[in-house]
Amino acid sequence: MRFSEPFEQRFQEMASHYPTRRSLLVPTLLYAQDEVGFLSDEVVAEIARRVELTELEVRNVISYYSMLTTQPRGKYNVQVCTNIACLLMGGEEILDRCRLKLGIREKETTPDGLFSLEEVECMGACCWAPAVQVNYDFHEHLTPQKMDQILDQYTKKGTERRR
Amino acid sequence: MADLVSHPDEVKVVSKRFGLGATEIDRYLELDGYKAVRKALGMAPESIIAEVKDSGLRGRGGAGFNTGLKWSFVPKQSPKPKYILCNGDESEPGTCKDRLIFEHDPHSVIEGVTIAGLAVGAHVGYIYIRGEYRYLSEIMQKAIRQAYARGFLGKNILGSGFDFDVYWHGGAGAYEVGEESALMESLEGKRGIPRIRPPFPAVVGLWGGPTVINNAETLASVPHILLGGAEWYAKLGTPKNGGTRLFCLSGRLNRPGVYELPMGYNLKKMIYDVGGGMAQGHTLKAVVPGGSSTPLLTREEIDVPMDFDSLMKVGSMLGSGGVVIVDDSACMVKFALRIMSFYQHESCGWCIPCREGTDWLKKTLTRFHSGGGVRKDIDDLQYLSENMLGRTFCPLGDAAAMPTISIVKKFRKEFEDHLDGKPCPLEKAEAIERSPVMA
Repeated sequence: MRFSEPFEQRFQEMASHYPTRRSLLVPTLLYAQDEVGFLSDEVVAEIARRVELTELEVRNVISYYSMLTTQPRGKYNVQVCTNIACLLMGGEEILDRCRLKLGIREKETTPDGLFSLEEVECMGACCWAPAVQVNYDFHEHLTPQKMDQILDQYTKKGTERRR
Repeated sequence: MADLVSHPDEVKVVSKRFGLGATEIDRYLELDGYKAVRKALGMAPESIIAEVKDSGLRGRGGAGFNTGLKWSFVPKQSPKPKYILCNGDESEPGTCKDRLIFEHDPHSVIEGVTIAGLAVGAHVGYIYIRGEYRYLSEIMQKAIRQAYARGFLGKNILGSGFDFDVYWHGGAGAYEVGEESALMESLEGKRGIPRIRPPFPAVVGLWGGPTVINNAETLASVPHILLGGAEWYAKLGTPKNGGTRLFCLSGRLNRPGVYELPMGYNLKKMIYDVGGGMAQGHTLKAVVPGGSSTPLLTREEIDVPMDFDSLMKVGSMLGSGGVVIVDDSACMVKFALRIMSFYQHESCGWCIPCREGTDWLKKTLTRFHSGGGVRKDIDDLQYLSENMLGRTFCPLGDAAAMPTISIVKKFRKEFEDHLDGKPCPLEKAEAIERSPVMA
């Protein structure tokens, strides 16, 4: 199991920040997931070994945090906020538009593996609502039309890279 | 990334470096950066605590506890290391202020953490940033590296003989982790389940050592207090509610945004003057004064000074500064349902009143909103919520119950309008049938 060079550097550096190995767990899981796409059995086993925990303990932690997943997702994970501020500004319309445009519902992935969709809780964009995060990128002040354009841009970006 | 706004009534303290490029340490130093740490190094720990206490600075995360007083609870002598933990797990719905602090002024947080360390005799501080804020974590990591490179962090800071390390830490999506004891659990690499108190974190915290936990905005305010003085800061606000705070105005306003206003600023003025009033075609129905966990105010109740004590007097809370304006197009039953769905999703499941209560309330509200409600449900919603209050390990149970009680009490008529098999009168035709909630 190999991770990237920046991942290893970060892991080494962080290891000196805490009195226990276990403290590395949550951020390390997220960075590992970003590289592999999801927390596969192999990733879980590797991280458990590194932080000196059992796989069961690691899985126990994974199941608590909503960003962590043991299932593969699309290359672009579209996370639509529908919490109060976004709800008032049309967050549900944005979610509906994503469902129609992508042809999937929440927690599903498009057949080409490009997109997955999630309805998420407040992401700290209340003053710029409604908002969506695609992976880590914020998109704010959305309308259904703008959402279409954003999804088109990601489709273009995703298919270009494949060629 | 996020747009900045401004209004003549603003008093910029925490936000004074926003938009000025202060993420770069050279620029930060030009803008009085790290002067407060220099000053603190020449002060006795007791004087730092006294200064912060006298400033009337109260926790900006929501609880509103006097910060200096919180620091004073840390024992002077401790066999275990002491820690400072900055809570940047901003996730209270309606709140987006710490995001701006990290984006525009990360060094002020580092400085605040260092001063807290000097005050209580800690040598390590952690800045916990929620996982969704990846770009902010990167900004913070860079700021920390710069601070080490210039000798503001590490061994013997500024030649003072005082060692202080600051590390960043990242979450992975959990509202509950914003609660102080769950935050420590998360930093220790565990599920974010709250700890029973006492002992309080100031005595037994991270890895068993005394720990000060403060919100990012609270810590970012500290350097300004040390430079400007307690008296100056206290006078900016109202008695016992020192200073200014970042208010996040959201909803159908003409000028939503994050504004820094003095504590005690009138809410009505905040909405109609600072926020530019309601967007055309909308009227005001209710206000969430401080994040989703605070009891709602009706249109008639908004002539109130925004400080901790005044909001308490009108039966609500100042909370986290997330002011969400609810307009007339919103159905209050649906609004209550959305709030409850959130708390049901975020409940860690550790204690029964919260786990079962939020789930039952969500199911009832879902059925009620779709037209399947009976009259008795209305009282049951209130009764059950009231029975969750004060009966959970952490405030998440209260956070779910308080807005629900206020909505049922103040908007009972909207609940009655849903009775007798009538679906929501305000609901628009939906593009896709929403999946039934089977949680």
